[in-house]
Amino acid sequence: MILGSINPAVLLAALMVAATPILLAAIGELVVEKSGVLNLGVEGMMIMGACVGFIVAVNTGSPFIGFVGAALGGMALSLLFALLTQALMTNQVASGLALTLFGLGLTALLGQRYVGITPPRTPKLDLGLLSDIPFLGRALFTHDIVVYLTIALVGAVWWFLKYSRAGMILRAVGENHDAAHALGYHVKRVRVLAIMFGGACAGLGGAYLSLIRVPQWTEGMTVGAGWIALALVVFASWRPWRAMAGAYLFGGVVVLQLNLQAAGVRIPVEYLSMSPYLITILVLVIISSGKGRSLNAPGSLNKPFHASS
Amino acid sequence: MHATLLQLDGLSKSYPGVRANDDVSFAIGEGQIHALLGENGAGKSTLVKMIYGLVRPDAGQMTLRGAPFAPAQPSEARQSGVAMVFQHFSLFDALDVAENVALGMENPPPLRDLAARIRTVSEEYGLPLDPSRLVGELSAGERQRVEIVRCLLQDPKLLIMDEPTSVLTPQEVDILFRTLRKLSSEGTAILYISHKLEEIRALCDEATILRGGRKIATCDPREKSARELAELMVGQLLNPPERPARAMGDVLLEVEALSLKSNNPFGTSLKDISFQLRAGEVLGIAGVAGNGQDELLLMLSGELRAPSHQVRLRGQPVGHLGPNGRRGLGVVAAPEERLGHAAAPDMSLTENALLSASGRKRLEQGGFIDWGKTETFAREIITRFDVRTPGPHVLARALSGGNLQKFVIGREIELDPDVIIVNQPTWGVDASAAATIRQALLDLAGKGAGVLVISQDLDELLEVADSFAALNEGRLSKARPAKGLTVEEIGLMMGGAHDMHVAHEVTS
Repeated sequence: MILGSINPAVLLAALMVAATPILLAAIGELVVEKSGVLNLGVEGMMIMGACVGFIVAVNTGSPFIGFVGAALGGMALSLLFALLTQALMTNQVASGLALTLFGLGLTALLGQRYVGITPPRTPKLDLGLLSDIPFLGRALFTHDIVVYLTIALVGAVWWFLKYSRAGMILRAVGENHDAAHALGYHVKRVRVLAIMFGGACAGLGGAYLSLIRVPQWTEGMTVGAGWIALALVVFASWRPWRAMAGAYLFGGVVVLQLNLQAAGVRIPVEYLSMSPYLITILVLVIISSGKGRSLNAPGSLNKPFHASS
Repeated sequence: MHATLLQLDGLSKSYPGVRANDDVSFAIGEGQIHALLGENGAGKSTLVKMIYGLVRPDAGQMTLRGAPFAPAQPSEARQSGVAMVFQHFSLFDALDVAENVALGMENPPPLRDLAARIRTVSEEYGLPLDPSRLVGELSAGERQRVEIVRCLLQDPKLLIMDEPTSVLTPQEVDILFRTLRKLSSEGTAILYISHKLEEIRALCDEATILRGGRKIATCDPREKSARELAELMVGQLLNPPERPARAMGDVLLEVEALSLKSNNPFGTSLKDISFQLRAGEVLGIAGVAGNGQDELLLMLSGELRAPSHQVRLRGQPVGHLGPNGRRGLGVVAAPEERLGHAAAPDMSLTENALLSASGRKRLEQGGFIDWGKTETFAREIITRFDVRTPGPHVLARALSGGNLQKFVIGREIELDPDVIIVNQPTWGVDASAAATIRQALLDLAGKGAGVLVISQDLDELLEVADSFAALNEGRLSKARPAKGLTVEEIGLMMGGAHDMHVAHEVTS
């Protein structure tokens, strides 16, 4: 029996790892879009984080400092986007696309001397007895700290958007920037901060790939993870927990199809490889097609703001 | 007399090419209801924005209760006790009422306490509100309540209201006025911006009139007639439009028992609409914004398709036809939203003229555009409707609201239609331009066209309409002859006071 060779506990464990980088990038982009900005440069900021995080970790020997460097790297690239779109009023879509291309090119250059090196290992978190629980312990409690921090981050973003005053202001800016301006809120300041947060999150997601998941540096190693994160945000109707469910679903299908490939299922590899994308989009479309879906889209998304009017 | 609350001295503000305010001085007393009157572009908004801290004056100063007052941003103005209800609502559709209120406050209490306070204050002033509802689901009148309650919760000393009654039924206006009088008797001063002169005469203690950025006069509005005030505002004599007597012809356009779902999640669906429009008739349709006006226009213009036999032109079914098909048969429409709906903002006036006129005016030959002919057509509109612009090459976005309105209405009138449907034809247009537009519509009816005017301005409807109907929650009342209708009757047709009730009487 082919499927018998797949251990569900290992599968569950692996899907959490596979989902984490996408989830990090998605939760950052969710906040950016809630503030009314569409940053299509997620892929570029992710690869920037992957590259910078890898370089910093190799040179300092500390994966922790590597992650900090990755967040700063992603944020630096996002600041370029903020400068273009918020100060120079360029088109957000074009600037985001350019950011992705720029990030891919720049990291190819920066990372040239780092191909083929192994980064310092990130330790698993020792959860003591929890890890010894049969099945669940193996599946849920054998991970590195980033996996758990990412879940905590989703919770924090959810709380921030729903209950905090700052989160309410951020939603207000994204919903109707003219009204927010009339009430005296600093639309651009809020947006620049949101963009920086999104950049840092995307950077962390990238570093998770290069330092833990793979772990190695290769040119263009994000292979579309940033785009999946973008799609997740929209199909999750800008809701944090839904984005997490989507990311785990995607991670699950990725891991499952890899296992199926390894187990030699007689389905052409191409179909298996495309299945995570197809299934994730399909499921999220079904979830989000209910009534009132469009109500949740930020009203000022992708509209440039200028205080002149 | 009132002790002075806010004193303005020589306030001036210039924008590139415009002197928005020029040496404006006046004073508002404690508890006074002070009107600020003026045409569009007279500088009312800029002046108010300076008081509210959104714009900094170039010169001049303000004193609030004797102390210098120069708010650098709205939060400072709010801390000093100045609150403002905006003309274009400063509300957020996807947020609930309590959140919207909290966003306009300096130090809002936790949302649960705030919700309770919203309930209390809104009941006390006769403006009931449910704090947990999404603002996007509220009617225009209810949205205004949110804005007012937001201000009241901060115990303002000065409440600025920018054209607050344009979205209300007469009954709602009545109740709003009682609320404002109650506030005034409690010591809150109100700066009331409007160009509805009768309202100002009924409500205000004092009026300051602006024209071209300068103060023209400060007077007691109750001692002047509406006409005198209007002439102070405009600076010239005004003539009411002429209405030559004419006979009604055959039924041109007929809608029968039509129900249609709105294409907008926050829109109002049309329910069981029936009416007839005769040749030479001007049918006025009143109603508070958001009661199905947009949907009615879309349904008549062909942007929303209807079952073919329920919309008939001279007896022929046209419900299934799109806008071009109907234009070809002589039915044209001018929607309310000028930028983005009636006109493409980033295209020139010539191009915008082409967009609706290409078929009827034969501006295209075998798939090629005749630009010469199109430009001539655009120039004709500009001349005939006195559109102030350097020329037809100018982008639609660059025109002021009133000028663009003259252009888009003129464009449809020049098509020589059999039926024309207009929504808010003079919204945001100054008095002389509004007179031009109304006259053109009446002239068109005089030539035998059917004219359907959707408007929230009752005075306008009573001025032009032969028959009169009102939209309320997507239903259209039976049309009645406009002659002899009183404002109260119209108010009832528009749905009365909804669920507003009179503010508790002042006990003193």
